[in-house]
Amino acid sequence: MVAGVDQVWAWLGEVPDPEIPVISLTDLGIIRGVAYQGDTLVVTVTPTYSGCPATSVINFEIAKKLRDNGVSDLRLERQLSPPWTTDWITPEARAALKAYGIAPPIDGTAADGVIAGRIARLSGDNLRVECPRCGSTATEKVSQFGSTPCKASYRCTDCLEPFDYFKCI
Amino acid sequence: MAPAMSDIMTPDAAELAKDAPGEGRAPLAEGTAEHDLFIGLARLGDNTLILGHRVSEWCGHSPVLEEDIALANMALDLIGQTQLWLGLAGEVEGAGRDADALAFRRDAWDFRNILLVERPNGDFGQTLMRQFLFDAWHAPMLTALEGSSDDRIADIARKAGKEVAYHIERSADLVIRLGDGTEESRARMQTALDTLWPYVGEMFIGDVTDARLASAGIMPAPESLRSAWDASVDQVLAEATLTRPESTFAHKGGRQGRHTEHMGHLLAPMQWLQRAYPGARW
Repeated sequence: MVAGVDQVWAWLGEVPDPEIPVISLTDLGIIRGVAYQGDTLVVTVTPTYSGCPATSVINFEIAKKLRDNGVSDLRLERQLSPPWTTDWITPEARAALKAYGIAPPIDGTAADGVIAGRIARLSGDNLRVECPRCGSTATEKVSQFGSTPCKASYRCTDCLEPFDYFKCI
Repeated sequence: MAPAMSDIMTPDAAELAKDAPGEGRAPLAEGTAEHDLFIGLARLGDNTLILGHRVSEWCGHSPVLEEDIALANMALDLIGQTQLWLGLAGEVEGAGRDADALAFRRDAWDFRNILLVERPNGDFGQTLMRQFLFDAWHAPMLTALEGSSDDRIADIARKAGKEVAYHIERSADLVIRLGDGTEESRARMQTALDTLWPYVGEMFIGDVTDARLASAGIMPAPESLRSAWDASVDQVLAEATLTRPESTFAHKGGRQGRHTEHMGHLLAPMQWLQRAYPGARW
């Protein structure tokens, strides 16, 4: 029996992100399409960051999950456009990130590459990122890049918790 | 100022290049649209590859843990972008070379990166200044490429542009902090700027390949990026209390495959494994 497209989406919703296991691949918004081309199931995946080392692990996990459920005729396709954005992370996943200790992305705050508009912020008027542990907004950026390219390093000056902030992109 | 001895290419390299065997050389005929596109993509991918490799050399050696991690992450972005650019270059070439083959099996004269990115890391300040001077070019370059008449290029540019927006934010931030910092950090940043300045001009000097790519709407003319670069650099240097050097002298040649001696020393450790064990996988 051939698995329906809805069933495939449900299976993919059970595959955890290899680096942040509290959210799934569908929560993250990186599965861009599930469709049959003839008898072949084609799953379209978009990378989070160009150099994300989890990409190959993610492809492996997708294939494993689907093969374990009896899908034998499978092709994974990479889609670059439109590029992945943190806007696609679901509300449930944002809550899960916070509970896990990672401050979720604050929509609309992605860097735009135009330095002129960012200088004021660079010199002190920082993004208000809420501490995932105590909820304080008395936090400061330690580094633009944290444990992975998608996160920045922050610390809370109230409860002193060091934490990751999932950057908008 | 005369270039240092180590900056001068070994004199017989150009002759060696002519006699090099076919592997590692583009079989496309010069002057064709495909060859132009291949060269244009190699220039993009080789810049990110060589800078990514240089930045990765800091891994485990940075002044503080957070900066070590940040540098490794930036290197990762750059290497990821390299896979996209060189992957497409290999497709365009149609000779069966993928991004790995282009990265690990070409020799110095086939690389098309600018000389700036092959500069040795120097101290932490020099690494950051090189990154900022590059990012200030890279960001507007990718913005321009988003409008490329070649959709494959526009797609990669949109992806990479989002990442590079964070690169320039970080490098500008740190150039300002260190420039407008202590007497020691300011002096080091000014020295870094003065040392690297002769290598910035190459980013804006076009050749016939660039002119053909620009007239086809595939890639912007290098000269067209100068005003955006000047605006970012002038603003950040002013905030950083650093003085922009007046010289307009520009070392050039990297984009045509003429590199400094540093390039061979960089490629040796980078390519060693694939040279010794071609096609090795794990």
